[in-house]
Amino acid sequence: MMVRINGVARTVVERATVADAVSAAGSDPAERGIAAALDGRVVARAEWTATPLHEGAEIEVVRATAGG
Amino acid sequence: MDDVLEIAGTPLRSRLLLGSGGFQSLELFADALTASGAEIVTVALRRVEDAPGGLYDTIAAAGARTLPNTAGCFTAREACQTARLAREAFETDWVKLEVIGDRRTLLPDSLELLRAAETLVGEGFVVLAYTNDDPILGRRLADAGCAAVMPLGAPIGSGLGIRNPHAIELMREMVDVPLVLDAGIGTASDAALAMELGCDAVLAASAISRAGSPRMMASALRDAVRAGHAARAAGRIPRVRHGQASTDDAGMPAL
Repeated sequence: MMVRINGVARTVVERATVADAVSAAGSDPAERGIAAALDGRVVARAEWTATPLHEGAEIEVVRATAGG
Repeated sequence: MDDVLEIAGTPLRSRLLLGSGGFQSLELFADALTASGAEIVTVALRRVEDAPGGLYDTIAAAGARTLPNTAGCFTAREACQTARLAREAFETDWVKLEVIGDRRTLLPDSLELLRAAETLVGEGFVVLAYTNDDPILGRRLADAGCAAVMPLGAPIGSGLGIRNPHAIELMREMVDVPLVLDAGIGTASDAALAMELGCDAVLAASAISRAGSPRMMASALRDAVRAGHAARAAGRIPRVRHGQASTDDAGMPAL
């Protein structure tokens, strides 16, 4: 199915979860200091593997960067 | 002065907060962090492909606390979403709330700021609010439950110092939560002045990261903040228009 991860359209397998999206974004789901949102709602890290994606899902994966 | 600042019940020995933005390398940032003595470091949140890793671990390794900000947000909604992501990423309820109203000046949007502050306080966040140097707004933010109010001295990154010292003094009188001078600091004297005016702490980012030697400026600001805080506690003499001799005229010989 098609989803958007950090604004980029990507194909993921059926039954893919938020954890898969975090990996697809190029980060290690075990890395500290990362957060993810699905369709504008923050998904707690503990829920990543249990939260399925859906056709057209919008996922944002973020981490700390330098900033005032 | 060795007294302790408390924000939301957390004791802080350093009254200098460090912004992590603008450093040429992670090594320069780490050196400046050590030299600054800062216990709180602000970070922003960006998509992983645009955010090289390592910053969060560097701050943690130095024993400092990560304070996520909402830099780049122009609406209360964006700022609140960013704060919620940051809470999840950094396992902290603390957030430096900034809601910008204009790209050119980077001045805060006061109405969106207050709205976002009310929402986030309601969700249990410890909100440190970056605001214009407006005493009434500062009081409204404190009344809304903000843990600290962070007035600007001048626009972000401008290095213009404290443009309206009188407003900062008034804020000290009218805001009963910790006051942290944020934005505008250019050099050590600006930081000392902020403390002399009654601020509880100073946040510096560009003043350090863009200095010729970030490490030396971090050290200079650390000392300036201490000196300004001590001078405030010591109590400065009143300003008078004319000379006031410190030597008594009594006993002056007739020459």
